[in-house]
Amino acid sequence: MAATAYETSGGMLPGDQMLRRRYLVGRWLRYLALTIVVVLALILLIPIVWMILGSFKIQRVALAYPPELIPSNPVMDNWERLLIGRPSMRWLLNSLVVAGGIAIFGVITSTCAGYAFGKKDFPGRTLFFWMILMTMMLPRQIYIIPLFVLMKSLGWFNSYQGMIAPYIVYPFGVFLMRQYMQSIPDELLEAARMDGASELQLFRHMIVPLSRPAIGAIAIFAFMAGWNDYLWQLVLATDELWLTLPVGVAKLTASGVGSIDIGVSMAGATFAVIPMLLIFLLFQNYFIKGITVGALKG
Amino acid sequence: MLQRFTTNVWKGRWAYFFIAPAMIPFAIFTAYPLVQGLLLSFYKAGVNRDKWKYIGLKNYTNLLTRDPVFPTAIKNTFLFVLGVVPAAMVICLFVAVLIYPLSQRKQTFFRAAFYMPVVSAGVVLAMVWVYIYSQEYGLLNYIFESLGLLNLLNDGEKIGWLAQTNTALLSLAIVVLSWSLGQPLILFLAGLGAIPEPLYDAAKIDGANSWQSFWKITLPLLRPTMLFVLVVLTIAVFQVFVVVQLMTLGGPANATQTIVYRIWVTGIVGSKFGYGSAMAVILLSIVSVVAIVQFKLLDRQLT
Repeated sequence: MAATAYETSGGMLPGDQMLRRRYLVGRWLRYLALTIVVVLALILLIPIVWMILGSFKIQRVALAYPPELIPSNPVMDNWERLLIGRPSMRWLLNSLVVAGGIAIFGVITSTCAGYAFGKKDFPGRTLFFWMILMTMMLPRQIYIIPLFVLMKSLGWFNSYQGMIAPYIVYPFGVFLMRQYMQSIPDELLEAARMDGASELQLFRHMIVPLSRPAIGAIAIFAFMAGWNDYLWQLVLATDELWLTLPVGVAKLTASGVGSIDIGVSMAGATFAVIPMLLIFLLFQNYFIKGITVGALKG
Repeated sequence: MLQRFTTNVWKGRWAYFFIAPAMIPFAIFTAYPLVQGLLLSFYKAGVNRDKWKYIGLKNYTNLLTRDPVFPTAIKNTFLFVLGVVPAAMVICLFVAVLIYPLSQRKQTFFRAAFYMPVVSAGVVLAMVWVYIYSQEYGLLNYIFESLGLLNLLNDGEKIGWLAQTNTALLSLAIVVLSWSLGQPLILFLAGLGAIPEPLYDAAKIDGANSWQSFWKITLPLLRPTMLFVLVVLTIAVFQVFVVVQLMTLGGPANATQTIVYRIWVTGIVGSKFGYGSAMAVILLSIVSVVAIVQFKLLDRQLT
């Protein structure tokens, strides 16, 4: 097996870099390595499949050993108990409101601030920007206790505003939007100003439409951050009706492996994945754009 | 001088108008709590605000010398970071280099498979893995038994992955690893796409083999991406919480205690606001130092 340098495959369009194939090693080693990658991908997907299968098992089947890989006698029982016996629709609503609110606020604050940081010069610009950037690097848990004390004095436990407020500013969004703004040519804005557009008109009719791709990415990432913000929602929701979907279904598991109702817990987990999964499948490109924009230029 | 400053401020009035929606909530819900947390760490502070008392550095000295759990939590957190971050970097680099030459459709499949756990959320994965790791009826023991690994490792006895001190931390780390691959992989693929193809052609003409091209072209040019991934991953793994809270509660015998879990147990559940804040400040210091060191190290290699 000859470890050739990367093969230049024949019949390739000149200059079409995406189709260029550069391989590291010879064919057989490459197949072996690709097999490993496929196995890795399967290992990552198995828990998801196992969860879905588990949601159709009655407790006796779920606890069987050796496990029934495909439930021989699938039941809807767990789903019934989850959707009817628990306020899971309310949890879904709570999660949608909180994550949606965080996404909307994140988009608004990121677009406005990103525009100012990327396109305007003013005293304190660097300072303010760095302050926000720093918090992007900090674990949120660092100030969760004082935030908890603050929420207590505001009386914002079991409330949407409490779950949303700490996320009105989405530091990653501000950062991403600033990067994006810098790619908009100054001449364009100057021309609009010459035509007599006011600052607000300029923002509404030029900046917002031009930054639509970045807005999409920020909306999705802020939504995902809000959806997965388990710790803060766990802290704030003490009433069963105010749990969010991830916190609610997590309570179905109640640590202490022995006594869990596995079927309901797997149904809950599946139910909690579905909304994010749909969003991911629909907007995959926004995810990729959002992840890469921030990194490559920064 | 002052006049010039005020003119500049006046000229920037629209900029202040546009940053206000971000800066005002930022001040209330981020900056103020950050400062208050720092102050709180010097206080003995509980639920009753009237009884808050300044005690200097006592929280810190207690934490580092007398707390029976916190030093273990620091150690475990570092073990998480040292285990998960390099593993994720190596795996993602390996996978990215391998799938980069594949067709767009195959790439999309792999990207989606590796990104799936990121989307599914830590809570959900933790719940599923509790089931998979179960000693009596878990899928993992079944797979190990089928492959003959149980005989090899544990005399054919089923392993209590989350119940044994020597496997619990590793078991949790694998769950964390599983959702730490998606983002770096996408970044590495983008980084590979940004490397100019003629570099490889030139290297080939100069007689370089593929390993040499990898070490001399791919790796150095991926370094900015690697630095970014390294810092982001490290910060993320320092926050490990969900797996601990849902899968082990810090046990067995404190083998899976982590800093953030301690902050939650002590500061929120136990209402020891001062003591918990001191933990948070220590976490902040550790994360900052580690991030700065990473920047310095990789920056030097860059230039």
